[in-house]
Amino acid sequence: MASEVEETLKRIEGQRGVVGTVVCNADGIPIRSSLDGVATAQYARLLRKLTVMAKSAVRDIDPQNDLTFLRLRSQKCEIMVGLENEFLVIVIQNLHQ
Amino acid sequence: MEIVHVYVRRRGDFGRQSHFSDRPAELLVDIGPDPPLADGFIHRDPRDVATQSAQEMSEHQVNTERFESESRGINHVEGGWPKDVNPQEMEQTIRFRKKVEKDENYVTSVLQLGSVMENCIKQNNATDIYQDYSEDEEAADEVQEPPAAKTVNVFRDPNEVKRTVTGLSWHPDGNRKLAGAYSCLEFQKASKDMSFDSYIWDIENPNRPELTLKPVSPLVCLEYNPKDCHTLAGGCYNGQIAFWDTRRGSQPVELSSVEQSHRDPVYKLIWMQSKTGTDAFSASTDGQVLWWDMRRLSEPTERLVLDLSREGSLDAALGASALEFEATMPTKFMVGTEQGLVLSCNRKAKSPAEKIVCTFDGHHGPVYALQRNPFFPKNFLTVGDWTARIWSEDIKESSIMWTRYGTSYLMDACWSPVRPAVFFTVKMDGVLDVWDVLFKQNEPTLSIKVCDEGLYSLRLQESGRLLACGSRLGGASLLELGPSLSTLQRNEKSLVAAMFERETKREKILEARQRELRLKERSRSEQSREDDGAKEADGQEDPEELIARAEADFFSAIDAEIKRRQKEEDKHREKDVCEEKEVRNGAE
Repeated sequence: MASEVEETLKRIEGQRGVVGTVVCNADGIPIRSSLDGVATAQYARLLRKLTVMAKSAVRDIDPQNDLTFLRLRSQKCEIMVGLENEFLVIVIQNLHQ
Repeated sequence: MEIVHVYVRRRGDFGRQSHFSDRPAELLVDIGPDPPLADGFIHRDPRDVATQSAQEMSEHQVNTERFESESRGINHVEGGWPKDVNPQEMEQTIRFRKKVEKDENYVTSVLQLGSVMENCIKQNNATDIYQDYSEDEEAADEVQEPPAAKTVNVFRDPNEVKRTVTGLSWHPDGNRKLAGAYSCLEFQKASKDMSFDSYIWDIENPNRPELTLKPVSPLVCLEYNPKDCHTLAGGCYNGQIAFWDTRRGSQPVELSSVEQSHRDPVYKLIWMQSKTGTDAFSASTDGQVLWWDMRRLSEPTERLVLDLSREGSLDAALGASALEFEATMPTKFMVGTEQGLVLSCNRKAKSPAEKIVCTFDGHHGPVYALQRNPFFPKNFLTVGDWTARIWSEDIKESSIMWTRYGTSYLMDACWSPVRPAVFFTVKMDGVLDVWDVLFKQNEPTLSIKVCDEGLYSLRLQESGRLLACGSRLGGASLLELGPSLSTLQRNEKSLVAAMFERETKREKILEARQRELRLKERSRSEQSREDDGAKEADGQEDPEELIARAEADFFSAIDAEIKRRQKEEDKHREKDVCEEKEVRNGAE
């Protein structure tokens, strides 16, 4: 089971343009990451806060709804955050054009 | 049916004091119910009544007091770990991580999200999902936004005693800094504890000036050196010129000597285009224009006295209140005077007498601003008394275009650096006017009341979007112009060129006609005075002679009038006599 997880994450990291991945839990603690410590901590902390706010926004509008995915596009890269079962998978991808 | 109450009083009781007293109620009329009428009405059941059970609200605006904030960085340490795990210990953290990785939830979630993630990533790699496909179509520029400007920031004088912002200058690179010269120009109103400082502001931070400049006397004007963005030169209230280097602190690096400087406040200082990049010239109301080399401020390199009689005497000189210099024409410059004349001068003239080339007489009061149109250097804008005028260098008699006489004094003006048809003026009632000569000529296109007190100075940033104006109480407001005012419109240059040419031609024709009329007059008066042998009123006359001539004219006019009246009276008397005679003849 653990190896499947590893495989999945390796496959994602191997895709074109991906800079790194971070998996963190409900408290914002990074479980697994392909970036260095400082960057990992930064991404985990900041995106955790953002997803909490986004989630509450979605649920305020419709309590039956829930946030599943968050895409943040900036000038240099795109940050994608997937939410499931209180875990966050964060992927940072460079925009090639 | 009327209900009437009648009471009777005797005539004799009228006028007596009223005595009020209580008395029991008296039934005047009793209207009982009328059953037959009730049949004409139907009960309404049910009834619809609208109510609102919302809270009553009213709109209210609040402006908080300025909140001083500072940006500081904080170093975050890792956190969020559960109590039993020490984040510093590698072992414990690794153990914790391993534990989570074994969790069922973790595995399923990550697998699930992995596939979703891959989808998105591949999508990104395949195509730019946010690409704008409608970019190639022409932007619909028929929809013109109305010209607008809004205040972005206000930079207030940090001192207790507020001084007027008399000069503004933008930083030459990057335009992120604004230098303001603060002084009190009102005669003898400067109080003893008025500070002499002038400030350089960073436009992002209105709370505190970035740099304070400490001159020996308040600065009336301040200019950044366009070649070297760290140096500034300022003209002081006492006539001295000071030179700063922002890398060297707030004290002036050099100060001109008091004996050699101006004797009145230096109203304008402009940097010149020179190889060394250290030349500047200044003008003041004492009638002199001085050229300086910033490395040696002990004495000016050149001096010009604005004396129209070309004698160089300071007594007869005109005070200068505005100065203009265009880098594309380095030998020419223009001076606006307190007397309302604009002098066009040539720096490279052989003798001092020839330095003043020609004059333009237009304003009734001091010319406070003078600037050539950046696109059409032959036309320049002047502002003084209550009007703004546009001139063409070829027509010396009058301006080619002018605004109506406004209600308050115009203090400063400048052309827009990006649009040749737009210029801005500021007035003593705190209003900024934007004039677009292609759009409306008799009224400003946009009038904004920037503040309650008068506005004294105005400067536009090179990009044409930002504008700074300074007020009497030390507030420099930064305004941002809407896109319609700061982007060059289609055909604008050619339209403006055509307009200026047209107006110039019109003035030329008028001028020619005036000249013709004057010639005719002169030739006529010459013929009539030939016999008298009187001198022609040509050239300059002594004021006494003028007075004597005026008196003589006056008395001769009165004599002529008296004679005329006498003649008429005589005529009347004659007529009466004739009539009498006739009557008598008739009677006889």
